Amino acid sequence: MHFEFQVEGGNFSKAGTASSQLKKILKQLNVDSRDVKRVVVALYEAEVNVVAHAYNGTIIIDIDTEKITIRIEDEGPGIQDIDQAMQQGFSTASEMVREMGFGAGMGLPNIKNNTDHLTITSEVGVGTQVNMIINFNS
Amino acid sequence: MTVKEIAEKLNLKVLSGASGLNNEINYGYASDLLSDVMGNAKSGEVWVTLQTHKNVMAIASLKDLAAVILVKDLQPEADMAAQSEDEGIPVLGTSDDAFTLIGKLYELLKK
Repeated sequence: MHFEFQVEGGNFSKAGTASSQLKKILKQLNVDSRDVKRVVVALYEAEVNVVAHAYNGTIIIDIDTEKITIRIEDEGPGIQDIDQAMQQGFSTASEMVREMGFGAGMGLPNIKNNTDHLTITSEVGVGTQVNMIINFNS
Repeated sequence: MTVKEIAEKLNLKVLSGASGLNNEINYGYASDLLSDVMGNAKSGEVWVTLQTHKNVMAIASLKDLAAVILVKDLQPEADMAAQSEDEGIPVLGTSDDAFTLIGKLYELLKK
């Protein structure tokens, strides 16, 4: 099964919409609730990253019986140093985003902790691509 | 213990989402960092926070939390209250600060 969602940069009132829709889809597919929880955490954090940092993004999801593959492509400032961005506590979020309780440098670690495979590529001034795989019943 | 029972015992106001007052609360989580809650809260927990925007309800819904408690007489923003109603996840309010409220809540919910 294939799904795509659009994410609007800067629009926090819609952050989590794709995660919420995917959660419903996975429940309808009777995916194990432990796997649904991992997918939801990982996708939500990726969605918030697009909203907080990028201009717009696309989420591309493929589901088969064994796994879910999620790709998030955004147009945005990109990430200068991906290793640094992966560190717990590191963030480049704005003051406004931090006041909302985001931007604590926990998003990418949350994604890593809830996925079986994660790769991030980025070009500064162009955008970022996040690929994640979560195996079912692993 | 249900949300209603906790609200009565701790004298909490129901600010929105009254249709979820029979949700069962099994424990609690306290944090104002949204990714901390996303990564660490567990389903059925009540979340104590001072954040009052709509993203609180997005997380409460995605994590299947039982209810949200706002401290220090803070009020949910209109779109947070609206989503609380839609999802049936109550937002409760207290005049207590977080330390005081969490102390009382812990006594009720400790395992």
